[in-house]
Amino acid sequence: MIGVGKIKHYTNLLEKPLSRGRQEVSLSAFAFLFSELVQYNQTQVDNIAELERRLEDAGYAVGARVLELLCHREKVADSLEKGTEHEDEYMISEKELLVNRFISIPKDMGAFNCGAFVAGIVKGVLDSAGFPAVVTAHFVPMEGQQRPRTTILIKFAEEVLRREARLG
Amino acid sequence: MAPLVPKTGDAIFASIDRVNAELFTLTYGAMVRQLLTDLEEVDVVNKQLDQMGYNIGARLIDEFLAKSNVSRCVDFKETADVIAKVGLKMFLGVTASVSNWDPEGSSFSLVLDDNPLVDFVELPDTFQGLHYCNILSGVIRGALEMVSMKTEITWIRDMLHGDDAYELRVKLLKQIPEEYPYKDDE
Repeated sequence: MIGVGKIKHYTNLLEKPLSRGRQEVSLSAFAFLFSELVQYNQTQVDNIAELERRLEDAGYAVGARVLELLCHREKVADSLEKGTEHEDEYMISEKELLVNRFISIPKDMGAFNCGAFVAGIVKGVLDSAGFPAVVTAHFVPMEGQQRPRTTILIKFAEEVLRREARLG
Repeated sequence: MAPLVPKTGDAIFASIDRVNAELFTLTYGAMVRQLLTDLEEVDVVNKQLDQMGYNIGARLIDEFLAKSNVSRCVDFKETADVIAKVGLKMFLGVTASVSNWDPEGSSFSLVLDDNPLVDFVELPDTFQGLHYCNILSGVIRGALEMVSMKTEITWIRDMLHGDDAYELRVKLLKQIPEEYPYKDDE
């Protein structure tokens, strides 16, 4: 099983300096890699829900680690809103999500959203920070715009809200 | 039209959109983990990584040619330099060095000291046979095949296996002459 017998030289790896935190790669390198990731997963699943789930899991693994290394993007997301219907819901929306920029969805895949990967990253970050939540990605069609916005919906777990109430 | 001046790797890298390397590294890690969970056998994963790299390389070459303005390489030596100094820089933000040419000039070593794919990675004992960066060998093979060069690429040194650098051996098997879909004289 992955993870068993994993880390032999744990201390050595942690002792390495984080000096190169600001390195970059080309956007297209990331886009190519992500595209292969999606294509590979397509061969492993039977339906869209499973595909999104797998992408979300992959993203989760990223998020759990990225919390320490932050600086995800140069600019902040387009907007952060609080949901009106439920106390525990927040939304982050973005006009053109990085992972969706170079991906086109064939018609027979309907509502599939590669934002599931980003949702997974957000979930991973929140979980590691002690704010468990259910995170999903949704397309929101916008009037007058060709491509829909992507909204990441965050629904915090009960315990988070209870804790906020206690501390607030 | 005035001849296009080939750009340096640094110039191209500065002019294109970039993303945080850590996102790239972690995404690659997530992908390798998925492959290991699904496929289990290290040899199968190595092959899969190579195939994925090949798919990427076949598409990446178009972008490379479009953005770098390089003219046709005169010989394989030039190809090697272009990969090391322009290609790798443009996409991964790092350069490699070319060395160990064989006497016929048909194979060389590409040595990378810096490799964004492997930041924060350690191989557990159970996966010692894994060529973690095998996607790279696929990318180079795929890209070169699209410009008429059939190559064979093997790993000589791997830092995740305890070596001091990453060394790829690139061997030119044959040049495939370009085939046109129709003949002029028919």
